Order: sequence, then C-alpha cells, then structure tokens
Amino acid sequence: MMKHAYKLILLLLSALVLLFIIAPLLGMFLATSAPELFATARDSEVMKSIRLTLFTSLGATIFMAIGAIPLAYVLARKNFFFKKLISGIIDLPIVIPHSAAGIAILGFLSRNSVLGKAASSVGIDFVGNPLGIAAAMAFVSIPFLINAARDGFENVPVRLEKAALSLGASPVKVFFTISLPMAKRSVISGLVMMFARGLSEFGAVVIIAYHPMITPILIFERFSSYGLQYARPVAVVFILITLFVFIAMRWISGGKKHA
Amino acid sequence: MLELTDISKKLGNFQINNISFTVEKGEYFVLLGESGAGKSVLLEIIAGLEKADHGTICLHGENLKNKTINERNIGIVYQDFALFPHLSVYQNIAYPLKNRKFSKDKIRNKIEEIAREFEITDLLNRKPDTLSGGEKQRVALARCLAMQPQLLLLDEPLASVDVRLKDSLNALLRRINRKGFTIIHVTHDFDEALSLATHIAIIDKGNLISTGKPDEIFNNPTHPFVARFAGIRNFFNASLVFENDSNIGIINLISGSKIRLATDATSGNGYYILPSEEIIITLEKPVSSASNIMQGRIKDIIPTFKGMDVIVECGEIFHVSITKTSKEKLRLELGKNIWISWKAMNGKFVNNE
Repeated sequence: MMKHAYKLILLLLSALVLLFIIAPLLGMFLATSAPELFATARDSEVMKSIRLTLFTSLGATIFMAIGAIPLAYVLARKNFFFKKLISGIIDLPIVIPHSAAGIAILGFLSRNSVLGKAASSVGIDFVGNPLGIAAAMAFVSIPFLINAARDGFENVPVRLEKAALSLGASPVKVFFTISLPMAKRSVISGLVMMFARGLSEFGAVVIIAYHPMITPILIFERFSSYGLQYARPVAVVFILITLFVFIAMRWISGGKKHA
Repeated sequence: MLELTDISKKLGNFQINNISFTVEKGEYFVLLGESGAGKSVLLEIIAGLEKADHGTICLHGENLKNKTINERNIGIVYQDFALFPHLSVYQNIAYPLKNRKFSKDKIRNKIEEIAREFEITDLLNRKPDTLSGGEKQRVALARCLAMQPQLLLLDEPLASVDVRLKDSLNALLRRINRKGFTIIHVTHDFDEALSLATHIAIIDKGNLISTGKPDEIFNNPTHPFVARFAGIRNFFNASLVFENDSNIGIINLISGSKIRLATDATSGNGYYILPSEEIIITLEKPVSSASNIMQGRIKDIIPTFKGMDVIVECGEIFHVSITKTSKEKLRLELGKNIWISWKAMNGKFVNNE
C-alpha cells in the first residue's frame, strides 16, 4: 500500500513539473491562429531578425570553438596549478546576471576601449553590429561548450592516446584522429548547447546592440510597443524554426554512432 | 640492445628504485612481479610514455632521452589491447602505417599480409567491440607489429583472455619472438613467465630483485619473494657449518633450529630451501633413515590444487604438502601435535656471499 502511494506521489510530482514546462508553451501555440502564423512568417522584419539570430549565434559558436575545444582538452588532460580557478572562471558567465555581463562586454568592446579603438581603425565597430551581438552571445554561452567537451575528453581513455603515440602518431595527430573523434558526441552536444544558449540570449545582447534586432529583442519590442497579441506569433515562429534547426542538427550528428 | 641504467621514478607514494638491466636482441625478456610492483610503469618509461626521474635508457647504444615516443619505434600492447573503438580492424592496423606515410596500395598489401599471418582476414571490416578477447589480442599484436618495432613491449597481454586461448596465444607470442622480434613482457603469472621467457627479471615493490635465465633464478632462488613465486614455501635465511670432514653440514636457522644437510655448498651465510612435498608427517616420533626430526603443532591446513598444505609450527614455520587421503588417514586437525621428518639428502643450501 505504502509502495503504491509512494509511486503515485512520484508520478504526480513529475507530472506537475512537466505540466509547468509544457502548459505555457502549449498555451502559446494554441492561442496563435494559423493566419497569424502565416502573416508573421511573411513579415520581412521577423524573418530578417530570425536569420540574424541564427547566423550570429552559429558564427559565435564556430569561431569560439576553435579555441574552446583545445582549452577543454587541456582542462581534461593536464594538471596545473590554477586549474580549479580556471574552471571556476569558465563557469562565471553562467552565474552572473546577463545584463551585467552585457555591461562588462560593452566596456571591453566600446569605441573607447583598446580593442574597440583597434577595431575602429580597420573600420569595425562592435557596438550596434552583428559582431558585437556575436561577442555577447559567445560570452554567455561558451561555458556550455567547454564543459561538455571537457567531459567528453575526460571519458577518452588516456591509454588509447598513449597507444596512438607509440604507433608513431604526433600529439597533434593523436588529438585529431583519436581524442576528438572519440569525444565527438560530447563536443557536438556542447556546440548545440552553446548555439541554443546564444539564440535565446537577451540581457547581454540588448546592452551591446538593440539594433540590428535579434529575435528575442524583437519579441520584447513587439510586446512592449503593441502587447502580447503581437509578440506571441513571433515567439511561436522563432520556436518552431529553432526546434527544426535543433532536430536537424541532432539528426545529422547522431547519424554515426560510436565511442 | 636495450640497456636500462639506474632508472628511478617516484609516483605518489610509490617509487621505482635504481633499476638496471640489459636485454639482448632476440630475447624474450619477462618482467615478473606482483600487481603494483612497478612493472607497467617501467614498461611505459621504456616506451617513452612516462619520464624517468633519473637514469638512462639506451637502444642500440643510442640514448633515448631526447627521442619522443613516436620517434622511438617501440611497440606497446596493453592488457586491455587499447584498440581504437571508432576505427575498424583494418583502420586500426593501418594507423601506424599511415603515420609512416605509406601509400594506400602499400598499406593494403601490408595489412593483407599481416592479417593472413595473424588469421584475422575475416575480421578486417569489424569494429573492435564486436571481437572476442583472443581476436582483440591478435589484432592488437598485428597493429603493433605492422610498424616493425625495434622492440615489442607487452603489458600483461594474457591477463584478459580466457584459459582456453592462453595456449594458442602463448604459441603466437613464441612464434613472433622466433621471427626475430625482441620482446619485453610484463606479467604477474609465474607459469606464463616460465613458458615464454628466455630471460626473467623479478621486480618487487619497485626494486629489481633478480635477473637472469629462468633456471638460474628459480633453481637457486636468492630472495624469499623469488622463492614464493616459484612455489617454494620453506625458504629460510640460514648459515652452514661443517663439523669434522663430513660432507653433512649443519644448517643453523635464525630460530636456533639445526638441520642436517648433505651438500657441496661452502660454509657461510645463505638460504636453506626445502620442498614442502619432501617432508613426512607422522603421529609418533619416527624411527627411520631421516636425520631431521622435529615435533610441532598444526597451525593451519589449507586446501590446494593437489591436496593440502599443512602449516606446522616448530620454532620455524614449515609448509608440508600432503594428499587429502593422508590428512584423513592421520586425522590431522588444527592444534594437533605431530612429528615432521626429512632426510639430509632433501633440501639445498644456496650461498649468498
């Protein structure tokens, strides 16, 4: 009897949490009519902003991965004095408020900063520019990639890397032929997580660049200027497109299963 | 060919101390020791996967200190085989050949040749996780030998395969050795060492205890650890003296016990070894030709593969091997007082000075 009641309570609590996640999303989808959706999908401002959001987040993810994946490997394999401190620093963007992160990035990239001045001299201005948006997205989302990739590399047996070295491979070759392919699933999962987190960023981006408008900002602007009725279809279209992109990415990356 | 001089390495609380030995071309050299004795670390130091704190390693007279792992051309096969799980058997064997920048045709020909030799032609398109232990072992050896290493290092290569396969893999390893490959093989298994080694080095707690040909080491063990490995239980530090001109010596054990032994050893300090199956147990004091007779008490009785190991306390601890039938006939049990005896012809003395 007790066992039965215990199972029932577990089920009930789990169902409540799931409902909490599903209900608002479902409510939003149900409250949006098909004509509204089609009209929004034809709205050039909406589609332009979705394209901008997807490409800036994708660009930020790919560009930062060049450094983040080797860093994750170093954290997984090497022991050094400040390793714990560095791991803590990597997690910082997750824990600090993102509007505060935006302020910090603005200080770093604004026209008055050293980097901003250097960029200005070659005609690049981060503020109000997709490059600035990508920087803000990267700042808040990079811990997801580093942590997932580090976990992946930690799960690759060191012995396999040693065997590869003894078979005449250079350390670089071992990384590209053994470590990276074997940690592939975790690395891809980290890339997808970073990309997804970048897409949803609002707080840091709004401080760096209100314009050009990424979709989270467009949704906020439509809501604050015109109300819920006008913001909702944009949100639904954005969710549908990002869901489609994620499913496609998972499908492509999950095509070959090993490791 | 390979010369290790004074190799030391500290790893946490564990240390390898000043290990030196030489391996000549064509030898099957077995490093024998219990788990955690430092054998595998030593192997990784030779391969260049670990750095020694002190000492030098020379291969063909050339110091390996400044040679990276991939320049050493020393192959290593691990206990768990370390096959790359994301690559097929073919790609695994091709790995060292690609590193040598062999052409595709040359790689294919070489793999076909080595696959025939190791009887793995049918496995080439399989992934390692679909192979049995014995198949993995053959693939790992094939991959390693494909690069024609100057030296082949095997880390407990037979520990992960079942008993049935051990004989055929033993034969394979011997065949590889006969083809001219010099092998250093790490194991904790005495029988495995004896069946393969042309030379043995015994390692205990990071120290090299003994090195030489198997018969040199085990016929005259000079260390309790070596004796234990060889299955010799009655091994005592002792001194030998001769009274008058007799060839019957008196062995003085540390406990004060005196044992008579017919020996051609010279007087002095050394070790007294007495095979446990040469001791006779009787319930009464025997009247026989045995000149060594002691009264003792049974401290323990341990079942063994062949029968029983009776541990008798009589100043020293003696191990006596008997059959189960003898145990039942004499009604031996713990605490029972018995007599043990053996002839002066039994046992031997090994000088250590």
